[in-house]
Formats: sequence, C-alpha cells, structure tokens
Amino acid sequence: MATSATTRPAAPRRRFSGPSARMWMALQGLLIPMLSVFTAIMVGSILILLNGRDPITAFEGLFEGAFLEPRGLLATFRNMTPLVLSGLAVAFAYKCGLFNIGVQGQLIIGSITAAWVGYAVDGLPPVLHVTLSLLAAVAAGGLWGAIPGALKAYADAHEVITTIMLNFIASRFAEWLISTGSTDGKIKPGPLSDPSQTGAIARTRDILDSAKLPTVYTVPPNFSLHAGIFIALIVAVAIAFLLYRSTFGFQLRMVGLSPNAARYSGVNVKRVTIMTMLIAGALAGLAGGVQTLGVNYHYEGNQSLSLGFDAITVSFLANNAPLGMPISAFLFGAMDSGTTRMARDAAVQPELIQVIQAMILMFVAADQIIRRLYRVRAPGFDGAQKRLESSWRK
Amino acid sequence: MVELGVAIVATINAMIRFSVPITFGALSGIFSERSGVVNIGIDGMMLMSAFTGYMTNVILSQPGVSASLQEDPTRLGISLAVALLTGGAMGLLHALLSIRYKVDQIISGTVINILALGLTGYFYQEETRTLGKLSNLIGNPWNQSGSVELKLADNFKFYFPYDIGRILFDKDLLTYLSIIMVFVVGWALVHTTWGLRTRAVGENPRAADTLGINVHRTQYMNLFISGVMAGLAGAFLTLAAVGSFERGMTTGRGFIALAVMIFGNWKPSGALKGALLFGFAMALQNQLQLFGINFPHQLVAMLPYILTIVVLAGFVGRVQGPAASGQVYEQE
Repeated sequence: MATSATTRPAAPRRRFSGPSARMWMALQGLLIPMLSVFTAIMVGSILILLNGRDPITAFEGLFEGAFLEPRGLLATFRNMTPLVLSGLAVAFAYKCGLFNIGVQGQLIIGSITAAWVGYAVDGLPPVLHVTLSLLAAVAAGGLWGAIPGALKAYADAHEVITTIMLNFIASRFAEWLISTGSTDGKIKPGPLSDPSQTGAIARTRDILDSAKLPTVYTVPPNFSLHAGIFIALIVAVAIAFLLYRSTFGFQLRMVGLSPNAARYSGVNVKRVTIMTMLIAGALAGLAGGVQTLGVNYHYEGNQSLSLGFDAITVSFLANNAPLGMPISAFLFGAMDSGTTRMARDAAVQPELIQVIQAMILMFVAADQIIRRLYRVRAPGFDGAQKRLESSWRK
Repeated sequence: MVELGVAIVATINAMIRFSVPITFGALSGIFSERSGVVNIGIDGMMLMSAFTGYMTNVILSQPGVSASLQEDPTRLGISLAVALLTGGAMGLLHALLSIRYKVDQIISGTVINILALGLTGYFYQEETRTLGKLSNLIGNPWNQSGSVELKLADNFKFYFPYDIGRILFDKDLLTYLSIIMVFVVGWALVHTTWGLRTRAVGENPRAADTLGINVHRTQYMNLFISGVMAGLAGAFLTLAAVGSFERGMTTGRGFIALAVMIFGNWKPSGALKGALLFGFAMALQNQLQLFGINFPHQLVAMLPYILTIVVLAGFVGRVQGPAASGQVYEQE
C-alpha cells in the first residue's frame, strides 16, 4: 500500500479540498503511527528470537490475552483508562511547549489522596463520596503539577528536570506516608499507614465501599470493569474542546508555538504556563484517583510504576491529539493485558513490551526513519506538518 | 552507643561512593551540552552500560571460559571496555536521532531512557554470579592498632592515620579516575583544539560553521564521548560499587548529574563540587541511623531531589549555559 503510492514518478500533487481532504489527512496521520507500531513489533520479534523463544507464539499469546479472552478484553479497557488520562496530561502540556515527564509523581499524589479521602471520610452517599475523592485527587495532582509550572514561570527552572525530581519526591513522600515505622517503635509509622498491616507490605487502609467506582460489567467469578473508562472518554472530549474551542486553549497553543509572539499579543505567558501544568497535573491526578477507586482500592508503594513513562509514549503515538488518546491508550492497554499470556505461552519476559513501546516512541518521533524504510513521502500538505519543539531554555 | 568517629568516616566514604557516578554523569552532560546537545538520556546510558558491563563480567565468570580471561585484570578490563562502548553507542544513537533525524533532543533522550529500562529488564536474568568486582587500588597502608587514637568526647573516637587511610586509599580505580577526569576535561576544554571547537559549536554554531568547523561531526564525536562518560558511571555502579545489577538501579542518578552540571555552571570543577554535595545528601539517608537519629529515611531520601530543584530554580545563584544548547543546527 505504501510502496505503490511512492514508486509513481513525481506526479503533480493533487490539490485536495473539502471533506475528502480532511479524510485523506487523517489517514496520512495514521500511516506513520501504524508503521511505527508494526516496525517496533518486528524489532521485538528479533529480540524474542535472540533469547531463543518463538515470536509467533509470543504475539499470538499477546493477542489472545489482550482481545480474545473476555477477561483479557476487559483488562485492556481497564488498563487503557489511566493511560488515556495520563496521556492527556502529557499532551496538554506539550501543546503549550512544555514537556511533562512528571505524570508519575502527579499520579502517585492523586492515587494516595484518593485513597485517603476514600477511607477517612465516612457517612457520605456513594455518588458524593466518589466525586469528593476524585476531586481531591484532581486537586492534589493539579497542585503537584503546578509546582514545576510556577518554577518554570518565575524561576526559569526547566520543567523536564523539575518534574522528574518531583516524581522521586512524590514516590518517597508517599512511601513515608504509608511506612510502618521501625520495629523498635523509635520511628513512628507514617500518617496514612494501615495499622493492621504491620510487617506486611506498607499500604493505606482499604477505601470504604461508598468510595468505590461502580462496576459496569462483570466476568465471573470476580473480574469487573469499573466506570472509569467513561470518565476518561468524557475528559478526552472535554480537553479537546478546551484546547481547540476556548480562548484559554488558543492562548495555550500560541504559547506553545511561539512564546514571544504570544507575549507581544498580550498573553500572560507565566499564567498560561502555570495553568497548563496545573491542568496537566490534575489530569494525571485523576488518572491516579481512578486507579485507586476503581482497581486497587488502596495505595501501596511502587504500584503502577511504569504508567508515567507509558503516558509519554501513548501521547506521542497519538500525535498529542486528545481525541487520538483513546486509540493509542487502547493499544497500550492491550499490550499490558496480553503480557501475562505472552509470558506464560512463550516464556518471554514482560519487559519486552517496554522495549517495544520505547521503539514505538522512537519511530513516531523520528518519522524520517519510517518514511525512508517504507518509502513514504512526506505529506503534501506542508502547512499541516508543523513541528513543535520544546526548547531547553526559552 | 554510636561511635561518632566511625559514623563520620562511614559518611565521608559513602559520600565519595555516591558522588563518583554523579561526577561521571555530569562530565557526560558537559561533553554534550558544551557542544549544544541536551542529553537527558544520561540515566539510560548509565543503566545500559551498567548492565552490559555486569553481564560481560557474568559471562566471563562462567566455568567454561578459559582461565586467562578469567583473571581479575583481564576479565574486569573487558567488562569495563564493553560498558564504555555501550555508553558510546547509546551516545551515537542520541546523536543520530537528534542530529540526523531532527528529533527533539528531549524526546530522543526519553527514548534512550525508556529503551534502557526495557532492554536491561528484558535481558537480565536473576541469580547470576560473577567472580568479583574491581578491588581497591592501593589499600589502607595503616592498620588500626598502630594508629593514634583521638578521643574528643565519650563517643567520639578517631583513629588518626587509619581513618585518613580509609578515606584516601581504600578506593577503586574508577573513583580516582573520576577525579583525574575532572581536571583533564577542565583543562582540555580551555587549552585544546577540541575544547575550543566544542565551545564554539555550543555557543554559536553558525559562526563555528563559517570558520570551517564541522558542527555535526563535532557533535557526533562529543556525544560519543558523552556516552563513554555515562558508561564509566554505569560501570562504576556494577563493576566497582556493588558488583551486581538490579532493574532500574540508576534511580535517577543521570538526572541528578544533569542538575549537578547546571549547578557547576557547565564546568567540570563545579560539577565535582556539586557531585560531592549531592553525594553527601545521598549518604546522609543511608548513614542517619549510624548517628543514632530516629528520623524516617524516606524523608531524608527526598533531600537530593529537593536540592536539585533548589539548584535549578537558581536559588543558589544564576548560571549561564551554552547559548545554542537544545537547538538542532541546520547546516546550509
């Protein structure tokens, strides 16, 4: 398909217009990501061969585990939920020219806050309790995200390093909150630790039933899908609306494309920077809250560790478009839920998926490699091919 | 009762141990940033090199391998070389992505970090064994019994020459090398053709190009060396400091190294000071209980990261980096 389009000698480019042009552009936009995923899977196959395993069995297992088993498909939907939200957290900041590597930390803070509100507040009806817990997660994640935003705006500290540092700080801080203290009692247990869990894995108490997200579908005996997926989809649409149909979204994208031009046209760049990181952090916090209220029902150390990095790849695979996030997250959710089957069927270590995801990010970012490999011409719509560069020092 | 002298010596030793990989990492950052390329992939480069160095050591330690290869200097030398080449290769990958394919340098670095986490996790096998790690180069020339005992307080004993010996001489090759490299790189940046070209490219690539300097070749070369420096940091972790590998064992040292580089104003000597400061913050977390202080170690563990932010936010004074850092230079 791709080759036939390019072996043709340089014919004059057709001028597209109207809805068909939009369709064609959308398809063009999908081509590179699809080829990137395909190529990454091929590289993954080579790695599987290198380890002396059978790639066909492995990917068969991955596919079956992710889509064909009812539990697997549910797990795919369940896995994609936080990925949609955290992918949005990366994409939203990126549109403003900010690179949010801090999703992990914002997510941890959101998770643990949701868990705290989920068990500490008693006597609320379920709808209110869930809403309150999620709002708390959103607020906490937002504040955590606003810190690098403010540091960038007022102290010129680059958000890449500050967000990474805040990941580590969040993880250590949460570890302290749930820590069990020393055995001789000289160091007190953390304020959110579960006293009944002494000696076991440090964690918070379980949230109350009223704070659990309702389930929408159950596979017996005890596997269910929670309502978070709808929250994620609604939020994706809302973010798209905010970015492309609101004044703030316009200002934000303007800052992303050219901070100086935005400044001269009267945009308060500092304020937009902080607000952007606040909203991005809020999205990541929501991802964490949904995870706590829908899946884990408590917070424990090191849970969902790789979500932060995955978020970056999910976002870039979707070309940082909010409405592309569900598709890209679905793919990643599937890869996550299929790994167990893959590991069982073909004895392939689950970390392979991380390699494939890194490859996907690499190929999506370096689209020239893919274009050269498959001889895909750059799209004729040069204006549509704008490249956003988050510069090291603005 | 805790003996304070012992605790102080242990803390200083831990500080030096923690600061070595950060020093190498900061040098890695200096090589790339001084030539105008941001390298946030240092952590991934470290991790990959730590892994390949360790795995080479494991493979050479297998019973079937000929004895001449298994002898200590040969085995560890080969492992070290593999680690350095791995780092160099990762540096070239960063160069390829960011210079040839014009990927945003931050994203390219992120690719390297994720790739390293995945690859090392995928190929790592648990319960692997080696014949040993780098031993200390000199060894303590003094013994405890013969040294002067300084008693400053009830629980504050200091064995004068012996403790000095432990701090100065009980170190491995890479620790000494890190300090030597700081001075070598610092000198080379100012006094060699390479240093002049690197600085020119990092400050004003257009002008450098006009003068006939091949901007991209300079950047490729510097990124290779940057990778080798990160390789030294990784090799230190698995071949000198602990002698084993763990998934994700760099725990952000590469990022701290970047912050240290900024702290040190993009200069090797400044980086060494910064690395010692951060090494101290990291050592404190491990040694706090030795001092008999009951404080949650998780909160102390936050210290280096908070310090990094404080440094970055310029609360310790304004710094000025290479002007063209972070932008791809388009050759005409």
